[in-house]
Amino acid sequence: MSVSETIADERAVRGTSSPILGMVLFVASEAMFFAAFFGVYFTIRASQSSWPPKGIEAPKLGIPSVATVLLVTSSFVLQAGVRAIQRGQTRRLERLLAATIVMGLGFLVLQVWDYSRSPFGIRSGIFPSLFYVMTSLHLAHVAGGVVFLSMILAQSRTGQLSLERHEPVEAGAIYWHFVDVVWIGLFTAFYLLTR
Amino acid sequence: MIETRPRTMAPGPRGRFVSWLTTTDHKRIGILYFLNSFLFFGVGGVFALLMRTELARPGTQIFAPHAYNQLFTIHGTLMVFLFIFPVLSGFGNYFVPLQIGALDMAFPRINALSFWLLPVGGLTILSGFLTKGGAAAAGWTNYVPLAAQGRTGEDLWIVGLLIVGTSSILGAINFIVTILRLRAPGMSMTRLPIFVWSILAQSLLVVLATPVLTAALMMLFADRRLGASFFDATRGGNVLLWQHVFWFFAHPEVYILILAAWGVVSEILPVFSGKPLFGYRGVVLAFLMITALSFTVWAHHMFATGAVELPFFSATTELISIPTGVLFFNWLFTLRNGKLRFEPPMLFALGFIAMFLIGGIDGVWTASPAVDFALTDTYWVVAHIHYVLFGGTVFGIMAAMYYWFPKITGRMLSKRLGQWHFWIQLVGFNLTFFPMHILGLRGMPRRIADYAPNRGWTFLNGLSTLGSYLIGVAMLIFLVNVITTLRKPRTAPDDPWEANTLEWATSSPPPPHNFDALPPITSNRPVYDARHTAARAEGTS
Ligand code: HEM
Ligand SMILES: [Cu+2]
Repeated sequence: MSVSETIADERAVRGTSSPILGMVLFVASEAMFFAAFFGVYFTIRASQSSWPPKGIEAPKLGIPSVATVLLVTSSFVLQAGVRAIQRGQTRRLERLLAATIVMGLGFLVLQVWDYSRSPFGIRSGIFPSLFYVMTSLHLAHVAGGVVFLSMILAQSRTGQLSLERHEPVEAGAIYWHFVDVVWIGLFTAFYLLTR
Repeated sequence: MIETRPRTMAPGPRGRFVSWLTTTDHKRIGILYFLNSFLFFGVGGVFALLMRTELARPGTQIFAPHAYNQLFTIHGTLMVFLFIFPVLSGFGNYFVPLQIGALDMAFPRINALSFWLLPVGGLTILSGFLTKGGAAAAGWTNYVPLAAQGRTGEDLWIVGLLIVGTSSILGAINFIVTILRLRAPGMSMTRLPIFVWSILAQSLLVVLATPVLTAALMMLFADRRLGASFFDATRGGNVLLWQHVFWFFAHPEVYILILAAWGVVSEILPVFSGKPLFGYRGVVLAFLMITALSFTVWAHHMFATGAVELPFFSATTELISIPTGVLFFNWLFTLRNGKLRFEPPMLFALGFIAMFLIGGIDGVWTASPAVDFALTDTYWVVAHIHYVLFGGTVFGIMAAMYYWFPKITGRMLSKRLGQWHFWIQLVGFNLTFFPMHILGLRGMPRRIADYAPNRGWTFLNGLSTLGSYLIGVAMLIFLVNVITTLRKPRTAPDDPWEANTLEWATSSPPPPHNFDALPPITSNRPVYDARHTAARAEGTS
């Protein structure tokens, strides 16, 4: 942190800390990003007589259901980590962070496996276009989240997180929960509303 | 003025260069924004003059249609995304922390990143000219299917805009956090300088609208390179979808491009009228209403498609003219009975009011679908966008330049050259763009490289081209003014205009840490208050 950064923070007026506010705004922006895709999804869907359109097989539920359980659980695990660091328990935070990261990696693996078994390619029409573009952008967000959480874990390992300084964990959790919520939307759109 | 600032050690030329590359000081980053923006302004401006030269008379003299298409596409793209928005961000960078009495932005390193992404994105777009098939050529609005057919230049345009969009989102988050969190003691939200309010509203729009452009660009890229079919009707997609998603972003974008200019003008008019801003709260409220409403009007760009809800989008569009009208009345009442000083910043601010009024009225016309069916895609729309964006924002930018130049550089721009600049720009601007109204009414379509000699369009086009050269002359005068002024000694006082806001409470230019001491902040005019307390104290002693 540069000198001006530290001083600037000390002068900061009341309220939420800058990293958390910054993350909330970033997530708001990301929400609009995915909202645009969902808007397109529902516009297209409304114009089709069947969904998925004829000739496209609906994606199978099995693997994605497991992936969903994994990702949702990981959100709760991470939140337990937030509570741990708010009580100053860095060891516990690190264990929970590591568990979240592993679950995130598990999600990535399952998702790639699911792609490899998919009955259609992106060129097969509008449903596959929506499916691959939306889920892979989400996948990239999960991957980004894994990197982000790993950096926070490293911060904790090197003693930079404590009862007094834990905003990065909270910021990371806000992001992770958001990615989780987007997934629930995607799961609904591509696996549940296609039956 | 007595030199009180601690002198930093003077580094060698190499070190100085590197220190600019690695700086995280918001003031230096602001200056980088100005340099970068004006370079792109130069390129975009030359493109415009080339287009006007081609259109001066019928026949294709210099550019075949495909070359001409690249010119107007890159002209629009550079002006919107790499000149107007970044130069406003430059003012925001330099002056938001100063006006709220902060030391820097909330995230100085992210701030540097936001800046450096800009030249990268801009050069990516321009590099299209080096590829086979040339640069993007589907207009700044980039409608499909034309955009889906473009060559490599189109991909570079997409990637470049993705980079520029990321830069603006990061920058906007930084502004909002800075404004909400780093205000000096006493600087409550109702004492926030009006320019800071405008940057806050603008940043909100950027955070919420720009990601929608990002999404649109990604879908288009997937269509072009990965075999997806979002916009391909033959494969289940929907062509109009591009227009919906694009305008959902781009209508808020036009307010992104004007809000900070409104802020600047609302800052300058009170100073040069010797009065407080009339109806400060009304202006803030108008900013916020426009911010909200601007998400509800996008399909007024799509009336002629016949596929949008005309009454709804017409009504919401007309609604926006209410808060816009409020702004006008606040500005006029600020001037009323004021002791007006016609310094260059004031001239440009007054020019802004007059020109923006015309542009706004042009807009209201096309907000009526019946009228729009006749005028859409004609030169009328070109007149409208230039009266709001050039007559409006660029006049506002120039007002800001003359106003803040002494603070940034410690030197006053020449008043005489400033007056020449203003009058020639005003005349040149109207000569260029007023005839476009009539051309539009006479049915001349926009985005054409040539026209038949028997349409009655020739004289007005010639006039317009003449005017554009005058604008070029005005810009050269500005350039000369800047260069000659920069070679003079630093003689500008701390507060040359007797202004109101905190940036005038520090030296010109400010020290790296911005303030040695802040005056008490008990209103939205702390420097005015301090000046008058001092004057009263002198009077009694
Ligand atoms: C009273 C306020 C305004 C109203 C009612 C209004 C209305 C409209 C309408 C209806 C159109 C579509 C015309 C067509 O394509 O047929 C339009 C186009 C446009 N407006 Fe406005 N406008 C207003 C203010 C502004 C402002 C403040 C800006 C920018 C600072 C702006 C920038 C643009 C641009 C860039 C376009 C053209 C986009 C294109 O097709 O290239 N407008 N306006
Ligand atoms: Cu619009």
